Amino acid sequence: MSLHNSLARLFVCVLIAISIFSYSSIAHSQTVRPPDSAVNQSVEEETTGASNTLGNNSQSDYWRNLRGGVQGTVSIPDKNAGVMVQSEGWEWMLFRNGPLKTYGWYALAAMVGSLVLFFLFRGQIKVESGMSGEKILRFSKMARFGHWLNASAFVVLALTGLNMLYGRDILIPLIGLEGFSTVTVVGKFAHNWGAFAFILGIVWIFLSFVAKNFVSKEDFVWVIKAGGMLKKGVHPPAKFFNFGEKVVFWSAIIGGVGVIVTGLALLFPYQLEFIPGELAVHKMQFASIWHSIIGLGLIVVIIGHIYIGTIGMEGSLSSMTTGYVDRNWAKEHHSLWLEELDKKSKSGDTTTKPAE
Amino acid sequence: MARMKFLCDAERCIECNACVTACKNEHEVPWGINRRRVVTLSDGKPGERSISVACMHCSDAPCMAVCPVDCFYQTSDGIVLHSKDLCIGCGYCFFACPFGAPQYPQSGNFGSRGKMDKCTFCAGGPEEDNSAEEFQKYGRNRIAEGKLPICAEMCATKALLAGDGDIVSNIYRERVVGRGFGSGAWGWGRAYPGGASN
Repeated sequence: MSLHNSLARLFVCVLIAISIFSYSSIAHSQTVRPPDSAVNQSVEEETTGASNTLGNNSQSDYWRNLRGGVQGTVSIPDKNAGVMVQSEGWEWMLFRNGPLKTYGWYALAAMVGSLVLFFLFRGQIKVESGMSGEKILRFSKMARFGHWLNASAFVVLALTGLNMLYGRDILIPLIGLEGFSTVTVVGKFAHNWGAFAFILGIVWIFLSFVAKNFVSKEDFVWVIKAGGMLKKGVHPPAKFFNFGEKVVFWSAIIGGVGVIVTGLALLFPYQLEFIPGELAVHKMQFASIWHSIIGLGLIVVIIGHIYIGTIGMEGSLSSMTTGYVDRNWAKEHHSLWLEELDKKSKSGDTTTKPAE
Repeated sequence: MARMKFLCDAERCIECNACVTACKNEHEVPWGINRRRVVTLSDGKPGERSISVACMHCSDAPCMAVCPVDCFYQTSDGIVLHSKDLCIGCGYCFFACPFGAPQYPQSGNFGSRGKMDKCTFCAGGPEEDNSAEEFQKYGRNRIAEGKLPICAEMCATKALLAGDGDIVSNIYRERVVGRGFGSGAWGWGRAYPGGASN
């Protein structure tokens, strides 16, 4: 071992010793902080963030709390403006542009995709015994009017609502900013005014159909047999409405009330204050998020409803257009209802009672 | 390119509301619209502080992200502007903005809020610079005239600063240094609870 090497080793040892020593002296110096010259102030001043005579106000928590929505005062009439930062706005934006958009899209795609697959594999559900030619009145004029009032309002609301959420991504590249703005402003007014037709429609279909939509014991069999949708020749008994129709009905009623309540709060933001939230803007954020979630849910359900009412099942559309269905359609899909009708007509009661 | 910023020095703001008034006057903003406001915290108590707030011209502006018709744009100076021709008055930017910057001329029945209005950093809108249409919709375009926002330009205590972010933060840094340090430093009370406050 050369002298050079051992000198180098000694040097390293001295360096380590110095660094240990200096570390302990730093630690020691920390114990005497704050310096003696520091001005002690009362606890109350600390919480209010009072400054010392130098004019500085360095309470970090005082300013950090602003981010949490601390309300100050303003001299303008809108006292809500006293809240300097409402961070909920950022969260609202992240939720709307993130999970709401993404999962809403997934849900719509999943519904349409599964219907396409169902149609490809199962095809249209036919009236297996063929059409008898004998027509039975299923829905009265009043019931049909209520349905189509609700349906047409819903289609307008659904399309204009989807446009607000997805139009920027889908339509702007196609029709440009100006064109899209025109479409959307028309859509906005159609949405705001169409809402009232929808409200009337929801009340109408509720009164028309509620009596026939309570869950009954046949529905359990219907669910177990998947409504006979998956296999040919399977026709679980059902009364006037089967369980699938009841699900659509109650989704429309419960979801409809949901979008109506949140929608009214958005239409009259400073008049109707039943939505939870501290500030008016919090109420609007809450209402708009739930309006979108429930609206998307309704659209998903109604896509299924439209499918089964049109190309999904032979002979079902006429019940809502002309009001009549074929006798064999009724026998296969609503056997208990047909039996009831036959019993009534045998006992002399010739007035077959459609849904009101 | 400069990145435009507002900074309000809470140690200097005296809540005179002159920035608010100057803004209204410069842009002939209608009654009920406040592009800028002064928020006072702990009013009348020890530690009272006031801050003048308007659009912060965020680099990651939530209004831009959420606008259904994509009516916002950001200039190369980082100023967030919008087109009132595209705006449909839906209120989403008002929901999203943490600072309450977007304003509406109507109170909101049937969604008829009218076109959104907000602080433009005195930079007008998409119309031709200093044209009559631009003034009518967005107010004066002082940036195009080579001037800075009126609110900061006339602030009597120089609490409100506006302009190139680098220059603004240099001015503020000099002030902070001049005001002292030690127990006056940011977060001292947090780091040494029970000791010297502030």
